[in-house]
Amino acid sequence: MNFTEEQIERYSRHLILQNVGVEGQQRIMEGKVLVVGAGGLGSPVALYLAAAGVGTIGLIDGDVVDRTNLQRQVIHFTADLNVPKVESAANKIKLINPEVKVNTYKTLLMPDNAFEIINDYDFIIDGTDNFPTKFMVNDACVMAQKPFSHGGILRFEGQTMTYVPGSACYRCVFGGPPPKDAVPSCSQAGVLGSIAGMLGTIQATEALKYLVGTGDLLTNRMLIFDALKMKFREVNFTPNKNCKLCGEHPEIKTLEMEEMPACDLH
Amino acid sequence: MNIKINGKESAIESTQVSVAEVLKANGVQTVEMVTVQLNGAFIAKEQLESTLLKENDQVDFLYFMGGGSI
Repeated sequence: MNFTEEQIERYSRHLILQNVGVEGQQRIMEGKVLVVGAGGLGSPVALYLAAAGVGTIGLIDGDVVDRTNLQRQVIHFTADLNVPKVESAANKIKLINPEVKVNTYKTLLMPDNAFEIINDYDFIIDGTDNFPTKFMVNDACVMAQKPFSHGGILRFEGQTMTYVPGSACYRCVFGGPPPKDAVPSCSQAGVLGSIAGMLGTIQATEALKYLVGTGDLLTNRMLIFDALKMKFREVNFTPNKNCKLCGEHPEIKTLEMEEMPACDLH
Repeated sequence: MNIKINGKESAIESTQVSVAEVLKANGVQTVEMVTVQLNGAFIAKEQLESTLLKENDQVDFLYFMGGGSI
């Protein structure tokens, strides 16, 4: 691939980076990343991936922009109220970087469309807001052997881990969705808007590192931060032999989704 | 007894203390909210009550965190 003058200028800060350079930038530009959920996490992820020049960005989200989103979902503007999130996000991506190809899916990721969609991508970002979908994204990625980044935020805290085939998966760590109402959601408990940016930019960085092939990914460890204390901590683990999905005696053979709690359906 | 909870040294007076009790003492309201490792291995929720800690054990717990999109 030959870079145009414009591209050399646009990506100059990547090109002079020892761990990226021309080859790394080329890999970024050939990369395909799917962002599941164009919300709090998906916003910063999509913005940074677009600016970095990721070749194809897929956006999947069934919602329209709501006023309560604007406090943290920075890819959506006040003028985008009631516009489908994937459309609003795709417009901003094009404004930042017209070179990026954007695929939009105005729907929810479900067991019946998950493989068809994720198979087109190199790396998946989980920016979803409910546990049944989080586990379904995990299961689909593990079954399809696709690397992905898990992200979760609540109040002033965030957690993230990266899966690549062979490493511990989200189900290795958490087993399965918590019982209904055992864990509050952001809409019930609140979240500081910038927490979404802190966590989403970590996820975007993992995707870029994966595409470039540099550094150490957040595999077999969970990074957790508490922004009130502004402390980061890491929990290390190994693949769980009792994991129902990827353990020694797997029970989950087909992709399914546990029932979505009604309070999370909007 | 000295143990480590989420990486921090912690001294416990009692010698008979279960993982569940330590979680409760550290603000975990219900065990459904967390996943727990004892000395680096995940431990099933059903075993949290019956597993007693010993000197230098390391307990790590992680909360479920689901937010992101809506």
